[in-house]
Amino acid sequence: MREVAIVGAGMTRFGELWKYSLRDMFVEAASGALHDAGADRLDSMYVGCMSGGQFVGQEHLGPLMADHLGMTGVAAVHVESACASGGVALRQAFMEVASGMSDLVLAAGIEKMNDGADVTNVLATAADQETEVYYGITFPGLYAMIARAHMQQYGTTEEDLAWVAVKNHKHGAMNEKAQFRREVTAEEVMSSSMVSEPLRLLHCSPVTDGAAAVLVCPLEMAKQFTDRPVKILASGLATGSMALADREDPAVLDSVQKSGERAYEMAGIGPRDVNVAEVHDCFTIAEICCTEALGFVEKGKGGPAAKEGFTALGGCIPVNTSGGLKSKGHPVGATGIAQTIEIFRQLRGEAGARQVENARIGLTQNMGGSGASSVVHIFEGV
Amino acid sequence: MAGIVGYGAYIPRKRITTEEIARQWGKNPQTIERGLLLKEKSVPGFDEDTITISVAAGRSAIDRAGVDPQKIGALYIGSESHPYAVKPSGTVAAEAMGIGPEVHIADFEFACKAGTEAMFVALGLVESGRVEYAMGIGADTSQGAPDDALEFSASAGGAAYIFGRDNLIAEVLETYSYTSDTPDFWRREGEFYPRHGGRYTGEPAYFTHVLSASKGILEKTGLKADDFAYAVFHMPNGKFPLTAGKKLGFKEEQLKTGWLVNTMGNTYSGSSPTGLAAILDVAKPGDLILLTSFGSGAGSDSFVLKATDRLPEVQGLAPTVRSMLDGERQYLTYGEYAKFREKIIVND
Repeated sequence: MREVAIVGAGMTRFGELWKYSLRDMFVEAASGALHDAGADRLDSMYVGCMSGGQFVGQEHLGPLMADHLGMTGVAAVHVESACASGGVALRQAFMEVASGMSDLVLAAGIEKMNDGADVTNVLATAADQETEVYYGITFPGLYAMIARAHMQQYGTTEEDLAWVAVKNHKHGAMNEKAQFRREVTAEEVMSSSMVSEPLRLLHCSPVTDGAAAVLVCPLEMAKQFTDRPVKILASGLATGSMALADREDPAVLDSVQKSGERAYEMAGIGPRDVNVAEVHDCFTIAEICCTEALGFVEKGKGGPAAKEGFTALGGCIPVNTSGGLKSKGHPVGATGIAQTIEIFRQLRGEAGARQVENARIGLTQNMGGSGASSVVHIFEGV
Repeated sequence: MAGIVGYGAYIPRKRITTEEIARQWGKNPQTIERGLLLKEKSVPGFDEDTITISVAAGRSAIDRAGVDPQKIGALYIGSESHPYAVKPSGTVAAEAMGIGPEVHIADFEFACKAGTEAMFVALGLVESGRVEYAMGIGADTSQGAPDDALEFSASAGGAAYIFGRDNLIAEVLETYSYTSDTPDFWRREGEFYPRHGGRYTGEPAYFTHVLSASKGILEKTGLKADDFAYAVFHMPNGKFPLTAGKKLGFKEEQLKTGWLVNTMGNTYSGSSPTGLAAILDVAKPGDLILLTSFGSGAGSDSFVLKATDRLPEVQGLAPTVRSMLDGERQYLTYGEYAKFREKIIVND
């Protein structure tokens, strides 16, 4: 396998982008990535998107996006793994370059969620239709059950959950691309509207439009495009039980643990070597479970990590310096690439006020459904 | 210069509280009161509709103006709850008020903007010299589907304005309209309740149009927020008009008089016109007033008005808005509300 690096990145602002269509957002992000690297051609591209079909009635996104980028003819395909679609698009691009099949590959993630679709129902298609959705469950409900299980087994409190939101909003307030650039207090989180007990409104990531793209190439070619490439050390993908009820322990996200182990092994490092991480905090409880599954904190000890500052900027392992899905926003298919861009910026020392000092190794973890799929990437600044 | 010579408003006595509606649907009333800033709303009785509200408000306007109804050469009623799909509300209302038959009449519809639309056209006809006096009314018995967010706001009421050239109580210094094809809220022919685009009704619809129209008229007149004694914006809920006002640089003192929505609800076409009536009830000569409506679909009309020396003479000639909002009220249970809003199917 060849060594692979990211040499350019582009993304839209995240938020309710009423005046932008799916293709507008893609073109802004993709041309931004190409421009960033000074590249004028592509061999191939992967478009991560959870449900263009149900959100805006558009499938066949590979050729559509290539066409509107002015790259008609390029190999292009849509990849889907629910909310992990972006991370999986990066993995595909990584493998294509690593294999020697292509040199310049774009990995993009897009989602247009604010266009009149019934978002809760569209998202629910990422759960098990026959054993879960049919009975009326939605994602806030599934993650509420995960939260309940964690609280019962490990004594995690509502306040612990609230502090994840407080921390991520504090980070997001410093991110000009974030949907919610404002801080919140634990009191505000704990008195916000109840969505699904114990999860309140401010425990949930928002409905977001956005797109993000990165350009990858062989490491040996990287200096043609940038002085500061970021090497992709590893990619780990794993699946878990689709239905929450089939899991041995609902408070443990097996797929996250497996995808992390695979990535650590490939990179030849462990969790203590990671300087900065973006994890999939679609709900506050998800960040707690993911930081445990990735080995940043001991199993069952993730609850107080945000409040104690362990996972905050300046802490032992800063998590979600971008603001995370909670504050930056969660355009589901774009999230995995947006996480990658945050780590790309951190490892190049370009993260401004939210820069983690001396960050050399970074990790992203992007998850589909209630944890039925998870993809982890590990990066190193060169 | 043309302007307002008389005004009047009407709000039904029946009320239902946010708490009572929330209780019916198992929602948390504190969350809704805090989120939408709505405490209660007006409800029309069995014998009240857009026509009766228009007549009640119109008669008060005639009383304040002291003009012979026969001299009113045009009557326009803006509403999205005209009782008939085909047959004008205006003809019934005109006859009841002693207006006509030498009168031009039309019913207007532009979601919640129809009231200021009627006022805009009435003003234009007077300015052109085509008629001596013209009346524009905004009135509604608003629809909101059960268990929809609109149910907490959709209410009943309206206001009427007579425009003329002499004996003005408020001069109209300027108008400005801002309109685009923005499908945020609609009700198809034959449908009982409107549908809406959720959060799309906010930034791309309400705020884009209200802020653009307001900024447009401020630029056109060279006035600043500080120059105004009062401002009123369409009130689909409690939060939107306060947010719009704040963004334009208005302070709570300027906004609170016309901000009726927390106890009146959203009277759709009657909303901002009734807010203006509440301001005229207390304004002093020389006060500048900004009015900006909003109608889904979507557009906003802005007016800059200046109260004249005559205003205090007519304020007491008809019931004030606050006397109707704070006066005798009849609180309904949800069951009674469902009956009065004809949500219960009964045999003929």
